[in-house]
Amino acid sequence: MTDLNKRSLIKLAALTAVASAALIGCGKNEEPAPAPTPAAAPAEAPKAEPLKIAFAYVGPVGDGGWTFAHDNGRKAVEAEFGDKVVTSFVENVPESADAERVIRDLAGQGNKIVFGTTFGYMEPMLKVAADFKDVKFEHATGYKQAENMRTYDSRTYEGAYMAGVIAGAMTKTNTLGVVASIPIPEVIRNINSFTLGAQSVNPKIKTKVVWVNGWFDPPKETEAATSLLNGGADILFQNTDSSAVLQTAEKAGKRAFGWDSDMTAYGPKAHLGSAVINWGPYYIKAVKDVMDGTWQGNSGVWWGHKEGAIDMVSIAEDVPAEIKAKIDTIKAGLKDGSFHPWTGPILGQDGKEVLPKDVKADDAFLGGIKFYVKGVEGKVPN
Amino acid sequence: MLRLEVRPQPSRAWSYASPLLALLITVVIGVILFAALGKDPVRGLQVFFWEPVKNAYALSELMVKATPLLIIALGLAVCFRSNVWNIGAEGQYLIGAIFAAGVALTATKDTGPWIVPVIVLAGALGGMLWAGITALLRDRFNANEILVSLMLVYVAVQVLNYLVYGPWKDPMGYNFPQTKTFESVTQMPRLMQGSRVNIGLMLALAGVVAMWVFLFRTYAGYAQQVGGLAPAAARYAGFSSRKALWIALLTSGGMAGMAGALEVAGPIGQLTPYVPAGYGFAAIIVAFVGRLHPVGIVFSAILMSMFYIGGELAQSRLGLPKSITGVFQGLLLFSLLACDTLIAYRLKWKK
Amino acid sequence: MESTALLIAASLNAGTVLAIASLGLLINEKAGIVNLGAEGMMLCAALAGFATVVHTGSTVAGFAAGMAAGALLAAIFGVLVIWLNTNQYATGLALSLFGGGFSAFAGTSYVQEKLPEQSQFAIPVLADIPFLGNALFKHHPMVYVCIGLTLALIWFLWRTRAGLVLRSVGESPESAHALGYPVRRIRLLAVVAGGALCGLAGAYVSTVYTPLWVEGMIAGKGWIALALTTFATWRPARVLLGAYLFGGVTMLQFHLQGIGVQVPSQFLTMMPYLATVVVLVLISRNPTWIRINMPASIGKPFYPGS
Repeated sequence: MTDLNKRSLIKLAALTAVASAALIGCGKNEEPAPAPTPAAAPAEAPKAEPLKIAFAYVGPVGDGGWTFAHDNGRKAVEAEFGDKVVTSFVENVPESADAERVIRDLAGQGNKIVFGTTFGYMEPMLKVAADFKDVKFEHATGYKQAENMRTYDSRTYEGAYMAGVIAGAMTKTNTLGVVASIPIPEVIRNINSFTLGAQSVNPKIKTKVVWVNGWFDPPKETEAATSLLNGGADILFQNTDSSAVLQTAEKAGKRAFGWDSDMTAYGPKAHLGSAVINWGPYYIKAVKDVMDGTWQGNSGVWWGHKEGAIDMVSIAEDVPAEIKAKIDTIKAGLKDGSFHPWTGPILGQDGKEVLPKDVKADDAFLGGIKFYVKGVEGKVPN
Repeated sequence: MLRLEVRPQPSRAWSYASPLLALLITVVIGVILFAALGKDPVRGLQVFFWEPVKNAYALSELMVKATPLLIIALGLAVCFRSNVWNIGAEGQYLIGAIFAAGVALTATKDTGPWIVPVIVLAGALGGMLWAGITALLRDRFNANEILVSLMLVYVAVQVLNYLVYGPWKDPMGYNFPQTKTFESVTQMPRLMQGSRVNIGLMLALAGVVAMWVFLFRTYAGYAQQVGGLAPAAARYAGFSSRKALWIALLTSGGMAGMAGALEVAGPIGQLTPYVPAGYGFAAIIVAFVGRLHPVGIVFSAILMSMFYIGGELAQSRLGLPKSITGVFQGLLLFSLLACDTLIAYRLKWKK
Repeated sequence: MESTALLIAASLNAGTVLAIASLGLLINEKAGIVNLGAEGMMLCAALAGFATVVHTGSTVAGFAAGMAAGALLAAIFGVLVIWLNTNQYATGLALSLFGGGFSAFAGTSYVQEKLPEQSQFAIPVLADIPFLGNALFKHHPMVYVCIGLTLALIWFLWRTRAGLVLRSVGESPESAHALGYPVRRIRLLAVVAGGALCGLAGAYVSTVYTPLWVEGMIAGKGWIALALTTFATWRPARVLLGAYLFGGVTMLQFHLQGIGVQVPSQFLTMMPYLATVVVLVLISRNPTWIRINMPASIGKPFYPGS
């Protein structure tokens, strides 16, 4: 055994030496990764060079939900700009330490705009943005910005409100169920908006909520949906990203909504409508900003139905005409700014007023919602 | 037809060659796979074996990925050599990360760098505690350590979720399930500018040496392994199998916990629900492919990291799904196990 | 009352998946082989089943495809472990990891697919009984097949000669070999049968339980099924009951949320796993009991002619 040990020791020493030499010798002065193009004047690409754009997705493009919607946005960019752009994407990038490597790789591959489509990319993008000053970083649903990084988000609560209106009118048991993902303000706001919308046509409804503690987990979403149906709900809404909830409703002969994208095909009999997110309009604007040289960092936008980012589509045939008309009115009101789903009086679960009569909630209020409105059962987790 | 014939003595040559042959088989299957999918096989091999090492940054990322695998696998090697099947390293990694985060969260702007070793020790302690549960249940109640350690992985994941959704959630974090980002003083010191490699790598290499000395140069290490290879002989010689059990589990738990601490206070910088990255399971493959030998494990950790990073790159460069990494890792282990038979048996052509 | 009946129904449904897989694992463990690759087999079978239904529209074909996938993977495992005497635990683990990666890899094009409309099931007359009808008689046929399978396995293992041979191979392969039984072939058959059942369970998940394909969708059920065989001390009837219990605990966590119980959901999610550990401790405590119930040669390699 002794010469084996000696050999191992030598191997070990050699490895350590080589590793250290490589890291120390080459590491100090070099820039990370294939050197990014030197900081040129913004967006002054040579004429025929197409603009390289990259997208980082947290889920699979085929999820039919969140990532699918983002990818549709990417395709809209391709359709709009043709061969002036070259787009690429990486899917299933986890919200973990790996994200930094992937985003850094995308930035280093010559992409001039990098879109990060989930909250968990915030810190990695900030770090990479600091090292790649000539690349523009667009972060969805986050709140940290930089000179070359800005944020964007969509007013999903508008879609939730409209779904609520339909649900309130169509329910026979007056019990609505929501399969919820993670108790962040956005999701709680959506649950509330859904409830407010339903109450506007049917004050008697109550909403039950079950949390799956994840964004995309079809088996768990199925079990949660089953549990809600078993508990008496006859219409389901979701804030999760797969079509499992709709499919469960279809199997049980109940109704449900699509979320993020049009899910009619997954539950033709159960489908009442889909609250979709159109990222196309924003993505096209972002690319245009870069091409025109008007792109500004340290800013963020929150787009809704007015800007074409949110819509309620494929409303079922059997929804009464007056409800369909009401939805159209709401849409018109959103477009011209005369309607706001969060207009007082709005009561919390304890009956106390959280928004006085006729007062419209502002973005600050909406951003910090951690309570349930009256009509939602249960307590907000933690 | 081909028959297997027992060798009079296990072949030393094959015990080195077997992992290489397994790698070769995996590569060949990989090439066939690339071709079948319509991708250029040469480009495929390049993405997996060249891109991850082609420049200093890539190498540093390789080390960042390999460090936790290496550390955990070292501990597992001790365990497996003692015939204790700790499948729950992932859970021990997580509890280690949690303990480390707990210490890191107490840091303020004025805390000194003394907190760094405390964080690492806390991690090791957490991992040892979690593995200790498995050891206790096996020691006292004969409960199968495979199943217990595995179930504890799921429990650990839920403990992590509870903390990040609840008591440890960042109050300034918009209710997102994550702790606040740790103060910069808690960050594992980096080895050099421009790369994410931190002192974890040094600890890992130190661990390699320590493990080697323990296994091959100390009496305790010898007793440990005999218990695994021949329990009856061990009992006859008076080696305590109880002691061996505890040492095995506490060592691997401590290593896994330390790896968790280094990750969470290093590249991640906070506690999130995404800390479970499967390293505890991948490390099992690393341990085996490395022949349960500290030096071999260094190489296999690097190899596995190449598969991870190559798989990521395969997406953006070749349009292949990232899950190809799992395919290669599984294939590698399968091939290795198959090739290992050549150590004890020889292939003979018989009529 | 209604919701309790439905909770029971949901538990039975959830438990069926675990029971079928666990019964399969029981077969090969009775012969002395532990196959840790359950999760990987179930994942590949789930994909195979789903893909088959997408292309043929037939759920039965999907089940068959799932069984075939499970059997194939189990056969590879079996050859490695029985003839090449590779370490059972490591090989099983390799199978799990490979199965996970391969199914994710091969399944990428199926992520957005959906299956054709599913029928509702109800046993005539019995389904109309208040409470019991909802709880017990409106299930997919597989739930009843599972019960039948349990009974068939009890009969096979303890009432047939073949079953006796299988059990003796598991207790003492050397003695069985001395008596002239082809030990290795019997073990391979057991392993393949076990794989086929795990495959059936996997296919059921992706075609009936959650008719979708998504990578990793088995979500640890394979590992729970493994724990279940020990939990049930290798007796089919106990496997079935244990499976229903576990299914119940899984559904209970959502049920409790729905009725407003304020326990953090993570503790509820932990329940099945903690329960397994507790039971493992309870049954392992008594070494005599373990010796009586556990097939003696589990995990140990067998060398004919040694």
